[in-house]
Amino acid sequence: MTLAGARTERGTVSAVWFRVGPVLTVLAIVLIVWYGAAIWLNAAQVIERVLSDRPGWAFIDLARLTLSMDRPVLPAPHQIALDLFDSVFGWPLDSPRNLLFHAAVTSSATLLGFVMGTALGAVLAVAIVHSRTLERSLFPWVIASQTIPVLAIAPIVIVILGSMGMTGTFPKAIISMYLCFFPVAVAMVKGLRSPGILELELLHTYAASASHTFWKLRVPASLPFLFPSLRVAIAAGLVGAIVGELPTGAQAGLGARLLTGSYYGNTVQIWSALVMSALLGLFLTGCVALAERWLTPGGKR
Amino acid sequence: MSAGGLAVLLLAMLVAAVFSVRWLAARDERGLLGRFGTPLLFGVWVLVFWQVLTQAFEVPQVLLPAPTLIGHALFASFGVLVGDFIQTVLHSALIGLVAGCSLGFATGVLIDRSPFLQRGLLPLAALASTVPLVGIAPIMVMWFGFDWHSKAAVVVVMTFFPMLVNTLAGLNESGHMERDLMRSYGAGYWRTLFALRIPVALPFVFNALKINSTLAMIGAIVAEFFGSPVAGLGFRISTEAARLNMGLVWAAILVAALAGSLLYGVLGWVERRVTFWHPSIRSGG
Repeated sequence: MTLAGARTERGTVSAVWFRVGPVLTVLAIVLIVWYGAAIWLNAAQVIERVLSDRPGWAFIDLARLTLSMDRPVLPAPHQIALDLFDSVFGWPLDSPRNLLFHAAVTSSATLLGFVMGTALGAVLAVAIVHSRTLERSLFPWVIASQTIPVLAIAPIVIVILGSMGMTGTFPKAIISMYLCFFPVAVAMVKGLRSPGILELELLHTYAASASHTFWKLRVPASLPFLFPSLRVAIAAGLVGAIVGELPTGAQAGLGARLLTGSYYGNTVQIWSALVMSALLGLFLTGCVALAERWLTPGGKR
Repeated sequence: MSAGGLAVLLLAMLVAAVFSVRWLAARDERGLLGRFGTPLLFGVWVLVFWQVLTQAFEVPQVLLPAPTLIGHALFASFGVLVGDFIQTVLHSALIGLVAGCSLGFATGVLIDRSPFLQRGLLPLAALASTVPLVGIAPIMVMWFGFDWHSKAAVVVVMTFFPMLVNTLAGLNESGHMERDLMRSYGAGYWRTLFALRIPVALPFVFNALKINSTLAMIGAIVAEFFGSPVAGLGFRISTEAARLNMGLVWAAILVAALAGSLLYGVLGWVERRVTFWHPSIRSGG
């Protein structure tokens, strides 16, 4: 499903165009529609504030003004790009005006939560695979835990941990962990069970111990199941970290930028924080996909 | 109660819990008791331990209220919670879910005819799943106001892409053999679509619906953190948590959890009715 997933034959120009062309076309359409929508949505305000006392204005004036407003209803793509560029390169890295600083704050919480959630999910999966009692009693609850909107508990986790004196990265990481553990647990249970009776009996004829069977057969067999779920988990963990930054009115992080932007009606700030979190999401899942390529024997599929 | 008495009681409870769950888990798998009994008993024991431990150690109510306290808050503020349920679940989540899924499904059916657009949209839709789309909530609140319309809009955006991706995958699921058979019957595009391809796509569509039912609840609740009228589960959770009224917070979470599970359960039930022919349902029972 990823672009890099299917290798084009010899990378000829036409083959590249076959894959990239449609995506670029769709992106171009999105951009054109976006500019159109920006003009259309911002027109009312511009006409009311500026153009009403300037009779005889042409469409070009309207377009110029709507695409360069301070607090537009919908900012134009180049405004967002400029704001993003300005904040990333115009300020030092440790300044709260720099979006990379906020991205670092959010991704540290995401990564900590991701590591904890993956560990928890893996431990749960091993326990469930090895104990029938746990499988019958615990596994339904693991699944049921996902039908509840886990993000709803974010404010409480923050408040509870805050009252215990824990602030900063850790409470957000807890929320990320909660979102991460489920896909990992489910996929690991599936993966650890994936070796068939043939493979298990072969190892039995080798007189392999239970731990050997586990490390040499079950764990490698679970990797192809594990990695797709890791990609899901890290994306979910990022959402968790961002939402975790909302209720405390956190001072730093992409979620905090979204919140302050919405308090002060600063739409360009919201959009650039949004684009930044999208880029961060792409970057994190990209890293997991890279790890998958290295660690899965024989490459992908 | 003395510390020693408490330790003995807890130990006895632990032994009773472990043995009763093991005993039930070892019983026959079939039947209502076998399927639902074990997890239910496990849940009951968790509740019992929760109650005993919070009371014995006098855990502050802010940290973790006892289940009885949550139950009390649930009954005491029943009217308030019903209002929140209507606002968040029936308005924001359900309307958004229906709109987003229909839009995704319709787009999928339309795009299915153009391989060019498919190749253009599928990578972007796959990318959208790695992007924290909840982040658009403040923008939607700005555009559509504080009431449920903005929350439904967030839900529409969040549920659109999973539905689109799954619909396209499902429509491609019917093989050449079946399509050629339909052709040899003289069936046109629409006839093939309704008689063959959409039914075959249904397991994928239900898969997306189940994913989306969770996303819809999340979207509706999180969007309320960015501003809402004085009702809604997310609003209740964030304001009562700020006032440290944890009984009501947990009661609101319980309502949200029940609503989410109910939605998921209903979808699963409809799925088993509608796609009874699919191998995963036939063998799973």
